[in-house]
Amino acid sequence: MSVDMSAEARSRFVRLGETERTVVNFFMNGRPVSAMQGDTLLTAMLQQGDHVRRSEFGGEKRAGFCLMGACQDCWVWNAEGGRLRACSTEVVEGMAVSTNAPESTWPNLA
Amino acid sequence: MAQPRVVIIGAGPAGVRCAEVFVAAGLRPTIIDEGRRDGGQIYRRQPANFSRSYEALYGTEAGRAEALHASFDKLRGQVDYLPQTLAWNISEGRVHLMHNDGVRRASSLVYDILVLCTGATDRLMPTPGWEYAGTYTLGAAQVALKSQAVAVGRQIVFLGSGPLLYLVASQYIKAGAQVAVVLDTSALALQWRALPKLWARPSLLWKGMLLLRAIRRAGVPIVRGVTPLHIAGNAESGVQGVHYRTAAGAEHHQDCDAVAMGYHLRAETQLADLARCEFSFDTASRQWLPQVDEHGRSSVAGVYLAGDGVRIRGADAAENAGRLAALTALADHGYTVAPEQTAALLQQQLRMEDFRLGLQQAFPWPAGQAAALPDTTVICRCEGITAGELRAVVTLKGAREANRAKAFSRVGMGRCQGRYCAHAGAEVIAAELDCPIAEVGRLRTQAPVKPLAFDVVEEQQ
Repeated sequence: MSVDMSAEARSRFVRLGETERTVVNFFMNGRPVSAMQGDTLLTAMLQQGDHVRRSEFGGEKRAGFCLMGACQDCWVWNAEGGRLRACSTEVVEGMAVSTNAPESTWPNLA
Repeated sequence: MAQPRVVIIGAGPAGVRCAEVFVAAGLRPTIIDEGRRDGGQIYRRQPANFSRSYEALYGTEAGRAEALHASFDKLRGQVDYLPQTLAWNISEGRVHLMHNDGVRRASSLVYDILVLCTGATDRLMPTPGWEYAGTYTLGAAQVALKSQAVAVGRQIVFLGSGPLLYLVASQYIKAGAQVAVVLDTSALALQWRALPKLWARPSLLWKGMLLLRAIRRAGVPIVRGVTPLHIAGNAESGVQGVHYRTAAGAEHHQDCDAVAMGYHLRAETQLADLARCEFSFDTASRQWLPQVDEHGRSSVAGVYLAGDGVRIRGADAAENAGRLAALTALADHGYTVAPEQTAALLQQQLRMEDFRLGLQQAFPWPAGQAAALPDTTVICRCEGITAGELRAVVTLKGAREANRAKAFSRVGMGRCQGRYCAHAGAEVIAAELDCPIAEVGRLRTQAPVKPLAFDVVEEQQ
């Protein structure tokens, strides 16, 4: 079986069960999207696309790595600019998350 | 005599069994757990609104998982359980904590007895392209399935070596995910040769055989003795395939959109290091581990170590070790402990140690891959530092020791703090110097053991 990887912004994680849960609505980069109660932010965000942030060193997409809070690869940011570890943060109704580090918008005064 | 203040860090198999012994002796331990719920990684509990059965979640280990969870539930009123709490430093008899359960706050705890049950994480050897989105650790792939009921991709290659490689691949198949191939860097001959040691635990060996049979019956190929060449893909699309060489020398490519990789486990030893425990080099696993006697005593009075955080012997051994450490701590603090209880546990641990050595022999850490990694290979995933950059600080700046190489290259200084690069980095340095790996040393732990926000002030006790 070959894999169709042409579609842009397709989900990375694939649900295999537990799909009868309550729907939770949240915002990703300002866009209203939905997840299920009990999803981590990582699961919820990787249903909406194929990454949660970009590496500030190489620019490549990142989508988490260890899923147990050890690697820090899945950092995302809340509306206040606070950093969240997507793999160990549960998605809650009305949450707003950003895939861009707030400091990436700071002026470079160097 | 005032009761000793007991702090246990970790609520996996070792931590829970340890707490149980203290409670039985009339003490009230505090259990620090970074997880949302007890169980650790191996017996991680799914969210409360999930409905899969123990059998579906834990397979052959369903009984043990259920028993551990039930024991912990029974303990809840007799312990102080602090979930979603990070122990980020240990200093002068005090554990420093960051609580993330709702309102973020920081506090500290004084202990007379500290038992570290910190567990393990996946041990990684880089393959060129492992920085692409869609590469996950084997542990990550398992967490995704167990606690979120998701697969990490549509078509998944399992790459690496060790029991987790086959366990997670078989769990994915059982759950209905598409597993493309299982690529084991260990040769079948090594696995045969390890059989006498693995025979120390016949039932576990049998379970392993059943896993292999289940993978084969599903029509998923298992290729042993492979050398991974690179993970194909790019910065935008992420993982697109795995390129590897077989033992016979043929090169193959397998399309996929996810890779689950890992080479058995590495102990989480940072807190033991901060507690000033002595370490020594374990030649069987080629990693530095805290010194511990067979009872669980570290080199520091009052500090005990149990489970995979000190020796990778697996969940059953961790349950024993947790009990043993608690019994030992009680005896050391003047409590009466039945000697036959300790003796029985010690006897069982001997077989667990034989099995550990068997696993190391059957699924060795592929140290030799390090020398062959192209200079462009990313060693540090956190900051994108390459093998060439690390080699340069060894050859051009004379960094012959891990901490010096870290200071010059930043390999080990990123946000994972060396968890996923330190072992491979040390192998790269040793290969460049052509010296024994133990001479490269180990990275000294720096607090905090994980990144912290600096806007929280610790509550004064």
